[in-house]
Amino acid sequence: MSETPLIGGATLAPVDSRLAGARIGVVTFPGTLDDRDAVRAVRLSGATAVELWHADTELADVDAVIIPGGFSYGDYLRAGAISRFAPLMTKIVDAANSDAKLPVLGICNGFQILTEAHLLPGSMIKNDHLKFLCRDQVLRVENNTTAWTNAYAAGEDITIVLKNQDGQYIADEKTLDALEAEGLVAFRYMGGNPNGSRRDIAGISNAAGNVVGLMPHPEHAVEAGYGPGHTGTDGLGFFNSVLNTLLGDK
Amino acid sequence: MPRIVVDVMLKPEILDPQGKAIVGALPRLGFTAFSAVRQGKRFELTVDGEVTEEILAQAREAAETMLSNPVIEDVVNVEVVAD
Repeated sequence: MSETPLIGGATLAPVDSRLAGARIGVVTFPGTLDDRDAVRAVRLSGATAVELWHADTELADVDAVIIPGGFSYGDYLRAGAISRFAPLMTKIVDAANSDAKLPVLGICNGFQILTEAHLLPGSMIKNDHLKFLCRDQVLRVENNTTAWTNAYAAGEDITIVLKNQDGQYIADEKTLDALEAEGLVAFRYMGGNPNGSRRDIAGISNAAGNVVGLMPHPEHAVEAGYGPGHTGTDGLGFFNSVLNTLLGDK
Repeated sequence: MPRIVVDVMLKPEILDPQGKAIVGALPRLGFTAFSAVRQGKRFELTVDGEVTEEILAQAREAAETMLSNPVIEDVVNVEVVAD
C-alpha cells in the first residue's frame, strides 16, 4: 500500500522529513473495517503509517498505535472480547503501560478492545434504542492534554462521524466519578445523547494521557470533500496531536 | 461427552436494552404475564473424557476471564451436565 490517493484529489501534507520520521502503527484484526481510512489519515498528517497484523508478535518499532474500528471477530462473544487476546495486543498493553508510554488510540471497535484489555475502564453495551446509528456528531473536547487531543483547544466543539450499534458507554458510579474528578473524560456528546452513554461520555483517556478511546471516528473527517457536511476535517487534530507528542512540541 | 455449562448474565444494575425490547414484544403475542426480561448467555464446553476438578477449575477461570466481562457481567452458574 504505497499509494495514498484512493479517492478524489487528496491534498497531501508537504513532505516533512521530521513528520515522516514518526511511525504510526495501524492494527488490522479479522473483521476490521476502518484500517485503510486510519492509514490514510496518518499519511495526510505527514507521518509514516505502518500496517500491523493482529497475529504479529513485534511492534515493528512504531512510535504510536491506532486500533481502528470495525467488527473484529464479528463482535462474537462481546465486541472486542476475542481481539483483546491477540498476540499483538499483549505487546501493545505492555508498551502502553511501560515507562515509554506508547501512545495508543482506540476508535469505535478499537475503544471496545481497549476496555476489554483493561487499558481503559468501563465497557460498551448495545445502544439504548437498539439501532445502528450513523450520523455527523458534535463532540466537546473536555481534555486537551492527552497524547491524542493536544492540538485542540479545551472546550472546543468538533464534528466527526458516529457509526455503531454497541456504543453505550457504561461504568459503575464510582468509576464515573473518578473519571470526572481526574479529568479523564476526553470527549462528551453535544446536541443530545445518541446512545444512552453515561454522562454523555464519548471518549476517555487513561491517567497518563497516552491511551485514548472514543466511539466516533476522527479518521473519517480528515479530508475536505468527504468529511461531515462534505467539508469537515475536524478529525485531523487527533493525528496532529500525536505528532506534537512524538516530536516534543507539546 | 460431558459438558460444562456456563451461564453469564448482565449485572442486575445494568440496563439490558435487548431484554427491554423483548418484554415490549411479548404482549403482542398474548404473553401478558411477564413484567421484565433479562437476556443472558449460555456456553457449553465439551470435555473429551471425565470432568476432573482441575478441568472444572479451568472452566471457572475461563468463565471469569474470557466468557464474561466483570465490568458488566456476572457468571451466575458453572455446572457439569452428563449426557
